[in-house]
Amino acid sequence: MFAIVEDPIDAARVSAAVADPTSGAIVTFIGTTRDHNDGRAVTRLEYEAYPEMALAEMRKIGDTARQRWPIAKVAIVHRIGAVPIGEASVVIAVSAAHRAPAFAACHFAIDRLKEVVPIWKKEHFDGGEVWIGSQTGQRFTE
Amino acid sequence: MIVHLRFFASLRERLKMRAAERTLADGATVAELWNALCRERPDLEPLSASITFAVNREYVDRAHRLADGDEVALIPPVSGG
Repeated sequence: MFAIVEDPIDAARVSAAVADPTSGAIVTFIGTTRDHNDGRAVTRLEYEAYPEMALAEMRKIGDTARQRWPIAKVAIVHRIGAVPIGEASVVIAVSAAHRAPAFAACHFAIDRLKEVVPIWKKEHFDGGEVWIGSQTGQRFTE
Repeated sequence: MIVHLRFFASLRERLKMRAAERTLADGATVAELWNALCRERPDLEPLSASITFAVNREYVDRAHRLADGDEVALIPPVSGG
């Protein structure tokens, strides 16, 4: 399951999407909107995507994770539009026979998503708004 | 040749558009496209170091040669998740 959605993400559905009889572990990461950032009081985040490419990059992350770790399935769902405090902007679920690779692959997936997937967040805070972004320069390497 | 540009996030707000068509000399590179855009919009120049490019949904470097009909996305620093 790789999807970009505009409605609240049902994290249980994303976890269920990777369930597999050969898997003894499902690790699910949920990224939620935090009420503070860099000394600012955040009121909400708004996400924008280049959807066709974001989905392709999300799938590539799933493929890379499966090549690097003995895992079964990967699911990545990202929400766009306004994401209020405490709500999920992204859910990543990974299933594997054993928990160590599931944790490692899930950690990789969110780190890599933040590096390469063409999605942007605009932070709304007390006093203004700002597009968040910092180049890590890791885009062309694995 | 004609390429289809796509703008997002901070760039979309700055340019006040999501997309544009651009006519370029055959074989023009991404660098040449960017330089042409900066000549028209000098306020883009300071962003030079932070914009990356994708052609037909794949990241490319600035030496990449464009082809007729390519979709070129100008990608400000990403911040998903």
